[in-house]
Amino acid sequence: MPLTTATPPFLAVLVRGLLAGLIAGLLAGAFAYVAGEPQVEAAIAIEEAAAHAEPAVGAHDHEDALVGRNGQRGGLFLATGLFGAAMGGLLATAYVLLSRRRRGDDGRSGLLLAGAALLGAVIVPFLKYPANPPAVGDPATINQRTVTYLLMVVLGLVAVWAGSLGYRSVGAQAPPWLRAAAAVGGFLLVTAVSYVVMPSFEEVPANFPATLLWNFRLASLGTQVVLWTGIGLLFAALMHHERHRRAATALPST
Amino acid sequence: MSSSASSQPMVHPAGTARLLWTVLVTVVLLSLLAYLVAFDQGAVSRSGMYLHELMHDGRHLLGVPCH
Repeated sequence: MPLTTATPPFLAVLVRGLLAGLIAGLLAGAFAYVAGEPQVEAAIAIEEAAAHAEPAVGAHDHEDALVGRNGQRGGLFLATGLFGAAMGGLLATAYVLLSRRRRGDDGRSGLLLAGAALLGAVIVPFLKYPANPPAVGDPATINQRTVTYLLMVVLGLVAVWAGSLGYRSVGAQAPPWLRAAAAVGGFLLVTAVSYVVMPSFEEVPANFPATLLWNFRLASLGTQVVLWTGIGLLFAALMHHERHRRAATALPST
Repeated sequence: MSSSASSQPMVHPAGTARLLWTVLVTVVLLSLLAYLVAFDQGAVSRSGMYLHELMHDGRHLLGVPCH
């Protein structure tokens, strides 16, 4: 019995992806609550001070808002949980499509996919358009920033794809350093061109504390790292268990 | 769901078509869910700004442009 077995049915994989994503999302929410909420609170205090000084500005009114601050702190877990489940489900879908083409999985596919998603859909866009706390960012450019951010996520995934294309195009006979160089080259080429071509936004208020901005961005990046690390490890563990269960039940009958 | 393709690596064309439709529907639904968390301002959720405001902190800390 080879270790590489055929992929279980799509729905069985999808359920495991959703579950891995939900749990990882709640873990990411817990990290964000501890590491990020103090920064969000401090930024909102600055935002409100600015809104009081100049009442016409504030896009969000945090005082008589629809949802109070306690609700928003709890909503953090709803947001990361749902977002995690969606990402876990998409990862499971990509996993099924990939392992059908590759004729099975040796246990690494899920981990590799999660790593690729972390690099392409999180780290590459983050370095171009880092996360902003409340009070940073001009509400007038929100649509433009949303579209360019989404485009950057797509370009980041294209960069990772270009890296894997470079890795495979060199050929299995080539020495490992050459394949790695081709992968890094393909990835960096797309990333560098994207960074140069995509517009930049300089919207940090001059008096916004630099340490607060840095700490918030670190917490935000950490949240995504926890999310994707969790999705990758949990999904790989669940699929490992499922493949062994299927192999064990399939053996006696054949 | 019967495990028609679980024991053999060969892919049936009919099974492939059905899988592709399932995949397509899944991707659309999951993208909608992610959109709801990250970008919706009541147009899809029909809850006004309630869900948008509820998930405000999550959006900021997930790194999505918010305001």
